[in-house]
Amino acid sequence: MRGGAANPVRLRYTKRGKVRWISHRDVARALERAFRISELPLAFTEGFSPRPKVSFGLALSTGHESDAEYLDLVFAEEVDLGPLSVSLTEALPEGMAVTGAVPLLERAPALQEAVTAVVWQVEPVTADGAPIDASQLAAHVVRALELPTLPTARRRKGRDVEEDVLPFIRRCELRETNPVSVEMELTTQPRSAKPGDILAGIARATDLPGGLAEARVLRTHQWIERDGTRLEPLVADTRPRALEARAS
Amino acid sequence: MSRLGYAGREMSDLWPRIEPLLAQVEKPARYIGMERGSVRPHHEVRRAAFLLIYPDTYEIGLPNQGLQILYEILNERPDAVAERAYAPWTDMEASMRASGLPLFSVDTHRAARDFDVLAFNLSAELVYTNLLNLVDLAGVAVRNEHRQPCDPIVIAGGHCAYNPEPLAEYVDAFVIGDGEEVIGEIADVVGAWKRGGRASRQAVLRDLATIPGVYVPSMYDVDYDGQFIREVRPRFDDVPAVVDKRTVADLADWPYPKRQLVPLVEVVHDRLNVEIFRGCTRGCRFCQAGMITRPVRERPEAQVRTMVRDGLARTGYDEVALTSLSSADFSGIEGVVADLVNDQVGTGGVSVSLPSLRVDAFSVKIATEIQKVRRTGLTFAPEAGSWRLRQVINKLILEEDLYSAVDAAYSQGWRRVKLYFLTGLPTEMDEDTMGIAQLANNVVDIGRRYTKQASCTVSVGGFVPKPHTPFQWFGQNGVGELTRKISLLRTATRGTRAQVKWHDPRATFAEGIVSRGDRRIGRVIETVWRAGGTFQEWSEHFSLDRWTDAMAAHGLDPDWYVTRHRSRDEVLPWDHIAAGLHHDFLWDDWQAALAAHGLPDCRWTPCYDCGVCTDYALEHVVASPLAPAGGSQGTGQDLRGGADTPVRFLGAKPSGVASMGAPT
Repeated sequence: MRGGAANPVRLRYTKRGKVRWISHRDVARALERAFRISELPLAFTEGFSPRPKVSFGLALSTGHESDAEYLDLVFAEEVDLGPLSVSLTEALPEGMAVTGAVPLLERAPALQEAVTAVVWQVEPVTADGAPIDASQLAAHVVRALELPTLPTARRRKGRDVEEDVLPFIRRCELRETNPVSVEMELTTQPRSAKPGDILAGIARATDLPGGLAEARVLRTHQWIERDGTRLEPLVADTRPRALEARAS
Repeated sequence: MSRLGYAGREMSDLWPRIEPLLAQVEKPARYIGMERGSVRPHHEVRRAAFLLIYPDTYEIGLPNQGLQILYEILNERPDAVAERAYAPWTDMEASMRASGLPLFSVDTHRAARDFDVLAFNLSAELVYTNLLNLVDLAGVAVRNEHRQPCDPIVIAGGHCAYNPEPLAEYVDAFVIGDGEEVIGEIADVVGAWKRGGRASRQAVLRDLATIPGVYVPSMYDVDYDGQFIREVRPRFDDVPAVVDKRTVADLADWPYPKRQLVPLVEVVHDRLNVEIFRGCTRGCRFCQAGMITRPVRERPEAQVRTMVRDGLARTGYDEVALTSLSSADFSGIEGVVADLVNDQVGTGGVSVSLPSLRVDAFSVKIATEIQKVRRTGLTFAPEAGSWRLRQVINKLILEEDLYSAVDAAYSQGWRRVKLYFLTGLPTEMDEDTMGIAQLANNVVDIGRRYTKQASCTVSVGGFVPKPHTPFQWFGQNGVGELTRKISLLRTATRGTRAQVKWHDPRATFAEGIVSRGDRRIGRVIETVWRAGGTFQEWSEHFSLDRWTDAMAAHGLDPDWYVTRHRSRDEVLPWDHIAAGLHHDFLWDDWQAALAAHGLPDCRWTPCYDCGVCTDYALEHVVASPLAPAGGSQGTGQDLRGGADTPVRFLGAKPSGVASMGAPT
């Protein structure tokens, strides 16, 4: 940063529709291009290969959608955050929209460590992709949550491991949507589990005929829980806007 | 599918059927479209619909500038629409075939059959099996003769179209040369056919055949004399005996692409690309691109600057390539590069790249200007290991030129130099091959004076003779000979800091079968495809056995096609396609090659009448009449070097010789 004051900012954005098929890395590149198209002055690291000062939250799997993605970044100079959402959204691919921008405290904890829980809305199908009977599924979910463990085969660091996914589940309930969906709140610290792992655990532990797999997955919220309070990341660690004008 | 006339058919968005397949395939974003710059055109009966197809993966095909230019030009017309498709990777293709899903466009996810034209870009011979596969995946018969009247018309263009014969039974019409102007004439003919309910296929093909630059192979008969071609004859009076290429006279009239596509997944050449000139008259005898794209047409410097500025602002790219066949030859290159670099101060930086640098200190100077920091690797292409062989191929780089370029590079902080060579060139001897090792070792020695980390990578490709070049008569080296030369080179560089990389000689051989193939090779391509041979450019899918088995199955001798020298009077399969180069010019240049005689670059010296400008009433469009660095070959040397007889300048222009820096 060329001598000037740091202007850290936190953004919230969506990833919906066809664009869900791009990878986390592709999302990062699309955002970087959007900053250049909008002529927003990202700060860069010093050194031989300057990189923009951006820091992503929890990665979203390719194919999953989200209404609650977050990005921390630093601008090289003060930026009016009012029109920023509109101009960035215009420069992003369809389905990606910036839905909030707030000034961030300097040295705010990184999103990846700060976020403690994530809420998902999942459309389950059978392992073959067939529709699921809602009442049958409801019974299995209730039964699964009463079990002492939910052992699941997960793939971690390229290896198949057996893991109990029950400790990840804060909440898991059926929603009367059409088609039926499961809303689950999962812890993300110290590690996180994927919604598909939870579905597989439920199906296996309760012998659900046909098994369970995810059709569509939507991340609806991320939460930062600290000192007994639960905060949306656009509220936690942010500077009041009034201070922004005369920060230095 | 109903037998309604074309106009009555409902077009559908296949996305709901495509999306369920995506969770199971690699890189699903290849199939979603949505690139910045893409459009979702509205299809109507009054608009001819083109599906522009690159017959390789999305990552390879998306950046293709030819297709992007046509995409824009067609969509700007009120009477045409264009969308794009790429070859689905093998996993996706298997899923599509299993669920009965046809080839689709990525723009609106429409079935390929809903388009009036399937238009392929052909940039390499080994993709031909993919073309057949994609036509089949579209639900269209692969052979022309089996297509129904209302089937889409299959068109192909690009550099490989200059020898259309191997695909003559599979492609309805070929476009020869620059596409910017002719595409509109094709759209007119196709539009009329569409509005008439796609009635007569014969009639529309006949109409296409009368457009200058369009070759419709079914309108020509081929007579054979044993294995040889006796004659290729048009079947109708209004069909031309020879199809001449189309050339855009002035690039300034075509500032495309204006809205370069920005893919969401990483692709090759993932940057803004601005074509600064088209054509090249360096005269490298192995180079088909340089022969078929003459004359040189520079884009005005002001237009280059505008295209760069607007392109960067619109795409958000942080890299721009100034593209051409030899970008350091652009008249205003120093100024353009300097301004580009200086304009970027304080914006996080935009990097500039110049593909195809010349081998000289001037090029290094420009590279130094561009690469202020992080000087890692620099690439040069001497192409041959000895001065004698470089005279044969007319790549007139003296050893001193290379060493001074390399010295400049290492002294300016570069640590890695990459050298490109061809092997299997005409008259090549083992001392030429050993010369590659010698050059590489000397390059490392120069680098060591500046840094202990100095290294040199030698990249060796097997030479495949190409149609419309002076080497079109040359018998290609076989697999054994290329393999022997490569191992000779590997032995000679063992234990040094020079690292050798090479292209598979078996793939080079297969490319040789098709490169100069005739109509009979079509069935070989079909057999390879039917045996599962798609993605032949990909080493994990390539197998030479499939090709040689297919040749045997059709009673054809691979060596007759690949390693046989052709004689002057042999009718070549592409003789009825004209790039404007006179037969006599090519033959005399071939003889000059065998005598190791160089030829100057005619954009800065008097014309030697290769035929292109004179026949087509064209001329070079070059801003500066001055040759760079004191010589028409740009390296500060004259054309003496080693040859003891005068360079022969072709055509009746002896008076020009003296002023061309000819022998003393």
